[in-house]
Amino acid sequence: MTEATHEEHAIHDEHIAHGHHDEHDHHGPAKGIMRWVFTTNHKDIGTLYLVTALIMFMVGGAMALVIRAELFEPGMQYVDPNFFNQMTTLHALIMVFGAVMPAFVGFANWMIPMMIGAPDMALPRMNNWSFWILPFAFVMLASTLFMDGGAPAAGWTLYPPLVLQGGAHLPFAIFTVHLLGMSSIMGAINIIVTVFNMRAPGMTLMKLPLFVWTWVITAFLLITVMPVFAGAVTMLLTDKFFGTSFFNAAGGGDPVLYQHLFWFFGHPEVYIMILPSFGVISTIIPTFARKPLFGYSSMVYATASIGFLSFIVWAHHQYTVGMPLAGELYFTYATMLIAVPTGVKVFNWVATMWKGAMTFETPMLFAIAFVVLFTMGGFTGLMMSISPADLQYHDTYFIVAHFHYVLVPGAVFALFAGAYYWLPKWTGHMYDEKLGKLHFWLSTVSVNVLFFPQHFLGLAGMPRRIPDYAVQFAEFNAMSSVGAFIFGFSQLIFVWVVIKAIRGGEKATDEVWEGASEHGLEWTLPSPPPYHTWTTAPDIK
Amino acid sequence: MKKLKLLITGLGIATFGEANADYALNLSPGVTQLSRDIYDLHMYILWICVAIGVGVYGMMVYSIMHHRKSKGAVPAHFHENTKLEVVWTIIPFVILLAMAVPATKVMIEAYDTSASDMTVKVTGYQWKWRYTYLDNGIDFFSTLDAKSNEARQLGVRSNPEAVPNYLLEVDKPLVIPAGKKVRFLFTAADVIHSWWVPKFGWKKDAIPGYVTDAWTKVEEPGIYRGQCAELCGRDHGFMPIVVDVKSEADYGKWVEAQKAQAQKAVADAAKTYSMAELMAKGEEVYNASCAGCHMVNGEGMQGMFPAIKGSSVATGDLNTHLDVVVKGKGQMMPAFGDSLSPVEIAAVVTYQRNGFGNNKGDLVQPSDVSARN
Repeated sequence: MTEATHEEHAIHDEHIAHGHHDEHDHHGPAKGIMRWVFTTNHKDIGTLYLVTALIMFMVGGAMALVIRAELFEPGMQYVDPNFFNQMTTLHALIMVFGAVMPAFVGFANWMIPMMIGAPDMALPRMNNWSFWILPFAFVMLASTLFMDGGAPAAGWTLYPPLVLQGGAHLPFAIFTVHLLGMSSIMGAINIIVTVFNMRAPGMTLMKLPLFVWTWVITAFLLITVMPVFAGAVTMLLTDKFFGTSFFNAAGGGDPVLYQHLFWFFGHPEVYIMILPSFGVISTIIPTFARKPLFGYSSMVYATASIGFLSFIVWAHHQYTVGMPLAGELYFTYATMLIAVPTGVKVFNWVATMWKGAMTFETPMLFAIAFVVLFTMGGFTGLMMSISPADLQYHDTYFIVAHFHYVLVPGAVFALFAGAYYWLPKWTGHMYDEKLGKLHFWLSTVSVNVLFFPQHFLGLAGMPRRIPDYAVQFAEFNAMSSVGAFIFGFSQLIFVWVVIKAIRGGEKATDEVWEGASEHGLEWTLPSPPPYHTWTTAPDIK
Repeated sequence: MKKLKLLITGLGIATFGEANADYALNLSPGVTQLSRDIYDLHMYILWICVAIGVGVYGMMVYSIMHHRKSKGAVPAHFHENTKLEVVWTIIPFVILLAMAVPATKVMIEAYDTSASDMTVKVTGYQWKWRYTYLDNGIDFFSTLDAKSNEARQLGVRSNPEAVPNYLLEVDKPLVIPAGKKVRFLFTAADVIHSWWVPKFGWKKDAIPGYVTDAWTKVEEPGIYRGQCAELCGRDHGFMPIVVDVKSEADYGKWVEAQKAQAQKAVADAAKTYSMAELMAKGEEVYNASCAGCHMVNGEGMQGMFPAIKGSSVATGDLNTHLDVVVKGKGQMMPAFGDSLSPVEIAAVVTYQRNGFGNNKGDLVQPSDVSARN
């Protein structure tokens, strides 16, 4: 593949797309802090997103450790119950909106233009703005911790009437949600426009890398549901301050209406966090199995079906609110259907490994752990879709175990897999494979010590979101807390691996992974890629 | 579990007391036909998942073992197989149908609240349950028992393991007869709660402005415990449910005793009490109903719950003080007019005005409280 035409050579006579002479001031970034404040470069913005996500991952993780420390043994030891509720609420909001989503947006910013042969995102200035909203939003959210009455303590779902009992934090938390929504919607628009308008000639939709496909579908989910969430929290705001009664039963309103609105957003939100993971895993497994992805087109259709189904199953989060029987059964059947396309994806990944020639570098290890552990979360998800059984599981630690299996060894492991996979491309240096493997094994073992016992706790009758518990739950809670601390501190290894790779190390080749250039355009660029790539679109055969 | 205990103790991380043998690994089959049906459904889906898991993970493990480059594996080049893909779309679909049929049956059963023998209305309050027997007028509140309440205070550090049924005990359990179909109606007075006794097999949300229903029929007498399952504020974790299922004869006796007690309460409200009586009773009521927020020492919580000690309400105008207790204030202070009797309100207000060094010397009689309602 040639990425520079003769014409371009004539114009930029020194510019060689293979990057041996790419450090020219007029092509490179501005110097100093202003480079990052004003940047419109997709790689810089990708880096900003990724660094922010990593910081927020640590902050949200620290909050999780406060929760697990309190739950280590029965009795109240360290925090009062209200602060405990603040921690569970902020932990969730920060991990969802601060860590997982921005990390995937970071991947998207870095990789999508490089994967589709575009020089940058379609709307670079808006891209800068979408990112810079985030730090302000999170400062606003964190500031509620220091307000009278503390941070929101009503769970990440912010159900009324409980959330309306809160004090000064409420408008701050709600405006944070608005800002995060704006950022997400702008990011999503940018991705859709980039993919639809800026693909290299010859790259038809059915030739798009799967990571790009999953992000396009995710972006449509974002655009559709974020406004619904923004609307719902705005209604909370007017209920609290302007005397409306949307959710106030005493004024003729309906608290369950909020739940329907929230979960119309909240269920697709789960897929917003997991579909890009599917893309990352579908990119990594073929590389290390040295085989093309099995069933590319069925993967695309499965992802699209999951995206569609995610809109019509929301009330399975509310099996216990007293819906009519017909509603209950409809949501049961619709939810069960999601198992079919999800199953197709898992079978395709296994078929991709089948008769491959696998090697097990860190990204592949994380990808395999993803398939195994995400599938476990899928199984418990299937169990919970069955509404009569869910009458027992609902709002217990069984649920906590389920969604953490989907989101930690699911989404977060996919992020690690992707980070290790592309780190040499981003930094130009190989990461420390030994440390990477250590990070993998510590994380994988401890994440199971952390979350597996929570299945037992839930089945035995421990409700979620409680700061203290009956004595018979003591052992599994202790075990879970030990797992949490090992998992939490293991992540410092990852931070060190990233810092080490940025600072230096073995020089990465362009292709980085054996045969990777068969799996994507990004591997035909130098490592690290020059500040501006694909100034002339590549030819796609 | 012994191994785990050894492991954890061995790591020097924790030592446990004695009362920790009651762990469980699975759902309980419960004590009603419905809960057993739900348990069977749960096991049925679980085994289907296990079977699928064995297949998928088995394939993966086989590939990882045998199709690795270090063993000289040469990658194949296949990357689609329409037949195979259609097959593994249709088979899960059939499996789902096999799950949907029994699930539908159990759901229809769970929803059938018709032909019940009696009805109890359950109202969720922050943070107690109110049980109203629609058939005979019995009506009372059920809150966390005093021993658990004391042991769960932050910084108290009394050993929770020494408290029997820590956090799963209440002052007054719900009493229902065995062998009768009991219909429950759920609603809430402030925020959303959820009523859950795992051995009955279901939970149901109690939502302000809504009345939802569910039913149970317990064959054997016994005591069954549960907790609120929907986040309902700071004391969400301290809102247990205890159901005492009595034989029909014992239930009848209990109903009679409740009626006698109600008559006595009316008589009590007309009596005049001494300061010592009110202070003793008041302390008991305070610890059960107020200490959760205002703390046992009356110092409250900075920024959240005002102190009683030296507060403008407890040392100011008596009528205002009574109003706050009876009618509540703002969104955080609940109205106690329903949940406490005039005697209890008189006692607790007297206690608040004279305890914690407030020493106002006010003596509030039940008749003063009744007069205000």
